[in-house]
Amino acid sequence: MSATSADPEVTARPVARQQESVWARNPWAGYLLRRSGYFVVSLFVLVTISFLLVQLIPGDPARLSLGEAATPEAVEARRVELGLDRPLIVQYLSFWAGLFTGNLGESISSRMPVIDVIVQRAPATLEIAFAAVAIALIVAVCLGLAFGALTRGGRRRGTEVGFTSVSAVLAVIPEFLAGILLVYLFAVTLQLFPVAGRSDFLSYVLPVTALALGPAASLTRIVRAETLTVLQQDYVRTARSRRMPAIRLYGKHVLPNLLTSTLTISGLLLGSMIAGTVLVENIFAWPGLGGVIVQSIQGKDYPLVQGIIIFYGAVVLLINLVIDIALILLDPRTALDKS
Amino acid sequence: MTTNRRLLAALRSPLGVLAVLACAALAFLAIFGPVLWGEQAAATNTALISQPPSPEHVFGTDGSGRDILLRTLVAARLSVTMALAATAVGVVSGVLVGLLPLVLGGRVGRWIVAGINIGVAFPGLLLAIAFSVILGQSGVAASLAIAIAMMPNYGRLTHNLAASVWGRDYVSAALVLGIPKRVIVFRHVLPNVRDPLIVNAAITAGGTLVSFAGLSFLGLGVQVPQYDWGRMLNEGVARIFVTPAAALVPGIAIILAGLTFVLLGEVLGKALTPEGTRSLSARALRSLMPTRRGAEAQRHAGAAGAVGAAQPAVDTVLSVRDLRVSAPQAGGTLKPLVEGVSFDIARGEIVGVVGESGSGKSLTLMSVAGLVEAPLHVSAAAAHFDGESLTLSEHGHPASLNHHLGQRLAMVFQDPMSSLNPAIHVGDQVAETGLLHLDMSRAGAKAAAIERLTDVRIPDPERRYGQYPHEYSGGMRQRAMIAAGLMGTPSLILADEPTTALDVTVQAGILELLKRINEAEGTAIMFVSHDIAVVTSLCTRVIVMYRGKLVEDITADDLRAGNAAHPYTRALMATVPTMDSPRGEPMASIPDDADFSGTSPIGVIEELVPTTEAIRQLDFEGPTR
Repeated sequence: MSATSADPEVTARPVARQQESVWARNPWAGYLLRRSGYFVVSLFVLVTISFLLVQLIPGDPARLSLGEAATPEAVEARRVELGLDRPLIVQYLSFWAGLFTGNLGESISSRMPVIDVIVQRAPATLEIAFAAVAIALIVAVCLGLAFGALTRGGRRRGTEVGFTSVSAVLAVIPEFLAGILLVYLFAVTLQLFPVAGRSDFLSYVLPVTALALGPAASLTRIVRAETLTVLQQDYVRTARSRRMPAIRLYGKHVLPNLLTSTLTISGLLLGSMIAGTVLVENIFAWPGLGGVIVQSIQGKDYPLVQGIIIFYGAVVLLINLVIDIALILLDPRTALDKS
Repeated sequence: MTTNRRLLAALRSPLGVLAVLACAALAFLAIFGPVLWGEQAAATNTALISQPPSPEHVFGTDGSGRDILLRTLVAARLSVTMALAATAVGVVSGVLVGLLPLVLGGRVGRWIVAGINIGVAFPGLLLAIAFSVILGQSGVAASLAIAIAMMPNYGRLTHNLAASVWGRDYVSAALVLGIPKRVIVFRHVLPNVRDPLIVNAAITAGGTLVSFAGLSFLGLGVQVPQYDWGRMLNEGVARIFVTPAAALVPGIAIILAGLTFVLLGEVLGKALTPEGTRSLSARALRSLMPTRRGAEAQRHAGAAGAVGAAQPAVDTVLSVRDLRVSAPQAGGTLKPLVEGVSFDIARGEIVGVVGESGSGKSLTLMSVAGLVEAPLHVSAAAAHFDGESLTLSEHGHPASLNHHLGQRLAMVFQDPMSSLNPAIHVGDQVAETGLLHLDMSRAGAKAAAIERLTDVRIPDPERRYGQYPHEYSGGMRQRAMIAAGLMGTPSLILADEPTTALDVTVQAGILELLKRINEAEGTAIMFVSHDIAVVTSLCTRVIVMYRGKLVEDITADDLRAGNAAHPYTRALMATVPTMDSPRGEPMASIPDDADFSGTSPIGVIEELVPTTEAIRQLDFEGPTR
């Protein structure tokens, strides 16, 4: 029997190709188009909800933002200022028009354009967010892989129990409590780092650690569990049969197979890390958007609240988009099959 | 009832007892805390502002002279009840939203699913902050905001679980009977997805408690004069230099309460999901055991026979003496899996290893390759491969032998789909041995790999080099595995059931390829199979294993001639159907509990196996080992 004829798929493929649609032939283009479409729709929903936030407030937002003692004239002036006197659809369309021209209105309390507040404050927030994301990912992959390798096949029970319990407790500690504990230990007691504010490198250490600690612990657990699963796969046995140094086995044969699931889950964790910056910034008096959004919610500064919520939401959506694209670069088969 | 028993068992475990005690303590504080200490905790004392810990005030006093410990205990009620209320509202609404797409179906259902998916993209805390703009700033508003923020996540969980149940037969049957969908959802779907939803609700409650404290901490939740743990933190952080306890004590309370719910979730998870009761090490151990896949395959083709002995080979490529593999059992004892197996393989020989699943044939092969890992134990009195002495153990071979073994020993595994790394181009996997052991450059290894791929008749090897395993057919994957083995100049190929996972026609191609390599290069092959027909046609010699022991070492010609000495080998040959096997009668098989370790299995066989002509013709009086 001829060897080639043993594989019927080889000859069958060109025929099947002709019947496939344009998208099936370009799974990449199709996927990117669908994913971008999803991103745009999500942005649309985000903007619409931010717009509706003010409309849905029970009672009169203008009256609420001025307090009970305000004169009817002042309330009416505020109503005009917020655009609440116009028909809903006109307000909605001008909200969109403002977004495209970079005009998100004016902060009621500071009279500064909302876009200026965001541009001025966003870098501080993004700095600690991305530093925390990077550190959490690196720590989780390295430690998870190492502990997975050390405790594979039920060996080193002591290490496993220690790792599982420590990481479980760290994963449960929310970022704001981690922040407070870190401040107490390293700023108040040991006085190694500044208590609050953003200045030199040292001032970044505590806020970034507070943000990264919990997600890093959860991710490490996930990476370890994934490592154990991957180590049981036949292809790892194949790689071991080729007799290579451990560093190559784990780096080249195990790691790529972990990244898909790790990245999928880190998408969710990273999103919540962005939200976590609000809490951490309030502990460390960090000059980002987190302090501003809380003050503006309490001070009923609606245009500012809307602008910042759109900013946070857009950053989260962007992270999800980047991760999904990274996923298909890493593992085209799984990502494209899923969609 | 088994669920109840499992629940009881889980609650009696150390973790379960801890979870129950912690929940009871939390419940006690929530119910009685404010009653017992409410007034004391609210009493301000200007004489005792910001006192350090003292016998009267265990953790000291806060900025208004109030006892920090008492306030923390009293605050439990608001923190816990608000968290539970938010969880309850969030879970119920999430379940309803998640079930709605199934009830409504069609376009509306798809829109709801799309809405849920968009909601899930945003982190819960961000949603809760946004909703607190609408709902205002109070404990109840924050609780409601968290509940709404939870809805998409829980909706998606419910929808995924319910959708998997929706496809089951009993739901289809109910749909055919015309039962309204909403009735089906509550009668058939919900009870079947209940358990994971409960487990998740417990864990979610922990997260809700933390989120609620977070909102209060930001000043978006509970407002003065009321106080929960978050509110206390808010006041305590500002004074962390003066009275750290004012921030630390409620902080620790939040962590402990959060852990309580997570613990409860874990215990419930263990009780409600059967998988949870299995320990990780047991699963890992099972994966090390020989695969059971061969069990369902049937044995076919060939004839039956008499006596013969294998010639000892002059130039041996592999020799193993007294190989033993055992698995540690729960009680600390060792269960033998391979017991004292010895054999030699000559250069250029093809030796088949047959035996039923679990007979130790794959383990023997993997032990030689140094691929059996702890917790299994491996030992051998002596082992030689291609001029080098090997120490067989569960620690594998030393790195000093890597180059030698990498070049001279090749392996082909059972399932080519799972044996190739899905994340690496097939060509790079083939070329790897060149980079690792042959001192080849990247380009040189690639050229060599393409040559090997051509040798094993992979069409269009340049293009195929850069493809992933899933783009190959089953037969081509196994050819690629063989090509990878041929990168060096192997003197022995260890093939562990290389054709079991393949179609019969593809099988023939692989066998032909192995035979061709054997003839052209003089490479010895050790071929493990449960398929005695394949073995007798391919191999020059056959080793039969039974329950961890080598029971027969016979030339293929003798086996075909019916010269097998051991009754198990004969029984094995007898089960092979031939063209003149009587039709309409059940096929001959060896019963699971037939024991060939004794002298004569004849009674067992006649009692348990339906007599066919083939078995009746057997002579069971031959000597046994």
